[in-house]
Amino acid sequence: MREIKTEEIIKAVKNLCIEANYSTTTDLKDRIKKAFEEEQSDIGKEVLSVIIKNQEMAKKEKMPVCQDTGIAVVFAEIGQDLHITGGIFSEAVNEGVRQGYTEGYLRKSVISDPVFKRLNTNDNTPAIIHTDIVPGNKLSLTVMPKGSGAENMSEVRMLRASDGLKEIKNFVLEKVRGSGGRPCPPIIVGVGVGGNLERCAILSKKALLRETGKPNKDPNWAQLEKELLKDINRLGIGPMGLGGTITALSVHIMIEPCHIASLPVAVNIQCHANRHKTIIL
Amino acid sequence: MLSELKAGDKVFISGTIYAMRDEAHKRFLYMMIKNEKLPFNVRGQIIYYTGPTPEPEGRVIGSAGPTSSYRLDPYTPQLIEKGLKATIGKGQRDRAVIESMKKHKAVYLVAVGGAAVVLTSAIKKSTVIAFEELGHEAVRILEVENFPCIVANDIYGNDIFVRGIEQWRR
Repeated sequence: MREIKTEEIIKAVKNLCIEANYSTTTDLKDRIKKAFEEEQSDIGKEVLSVIIKNQEMAKKEKMPVCQDTGIAVVFAEIGQDLHITGGIFSEAVNEGVRQGYTEGYLRKSVISDPVFKRLNTNDNTPAIIHTDIVPGNKLSLTVMPKGSGAENMSEVRMLRASDGLKEIKNFVLEKVRGSGGRPCPPIIVGVGVGGNLERCAILSKKALLRETGKPNKDPNWAQLEKELLKDINRLGIGPMGLGGTITALSVHIMIEPCHIASLPVAVNIQCHANRHKTIIL
Repeated sequence: MLSELKAGDKVFISGTIYAMRDEAHKRFLYMMIKNEKLPFNVRGQIIYYTGPTPEPEGRVIGSAGPTSSYRLDPYTPQLIEKGLKATIGKGQRDRAVIESMKKHKAVYLVAVGGAAVVLTSAIKKSTVIAFEELGHEAVRILEVENFPCIVANDIYGNDIFVRGIEQWRR
């Protein structure tokens, strides 16, 4: 059986935290450049040009794209023929986050108790770790620094099974309209449909990892993504909410089977700085 | 000078501004209730809502873009009543803040969210002046040069968030 040492995991997570915060993925950069061409309002164009300049400066100067370097969301796909040695997996991931956020001069934004003792843990741990056991002997690690500005605009709603497509659309549009300029538009909208309460939330987050603007493989859902994007961009919110024709860059839906009596839907709003990086060990 | 600003105008700020966010605002309010002296006199000043990343060696400040202003809405009218003239953040404000700005002739400016590195290049000096234990939430005095903003709410009650949607909704 293939073995992997926790030291390797620590190092990988550390580097992913830093790189994800300093650089912007090519697909996102391309999409924002296209948005700049498409945007019709002058103020919207101005905002998009600043965003493009910021992406370039962050990369060049090795600085975080945004000061909210997020809580570290880690997606791990662990091959079942892989043996992790030298320590506990989750501790290794957290050590990687600790080192990455410290050595990369990233902001530590995690508090130990959400209400009573709002004390900063001072190293941005614990990370939020999602693990899946998959076939094979490899380890895939994705770090997604998730800021709160957009995350706070997100919601899970248990629709009635009979509500169908129309209410899914209404829910997504209601969330985007209500958040206006707060989540730093142009946004990416992750939608999870199906599963149950917690599964649809995770789906909506995983949907944000898809290549920006790449349509759903299922033509029905691809059509819904297209329609939602069109409707969202007719709301007029525009870049930073200052008015314009580009409010969202793309809508990504992920689905799963669900109970006959349920229609769980999660909307995870993501700002234009959709940061994530993956490595396969 | 504030009377010349109109919603939608692009402005560049040079001079002294103060950086603070959630926890510092909460403390300011407690101090005001207890009639204690605030760390700085807000009269005529500008507050920038930001919590920067730690500064690497050789830099005056880390990435320092705006945070969402709505979280500071519950504290803002009280500071405007004490003479605060401008706030800088991102996203729309609530009714109470907008009314207070109209009444006391203050403005709200928006900086581009998620453009922290561009904005940081306009910050020339940064000094923590209060609540150092709060880390990135401490109160800072910043010297800025041509710090770029857009006027979102002017003293006449114009609101770019409302106007923008009215103009571009299809």
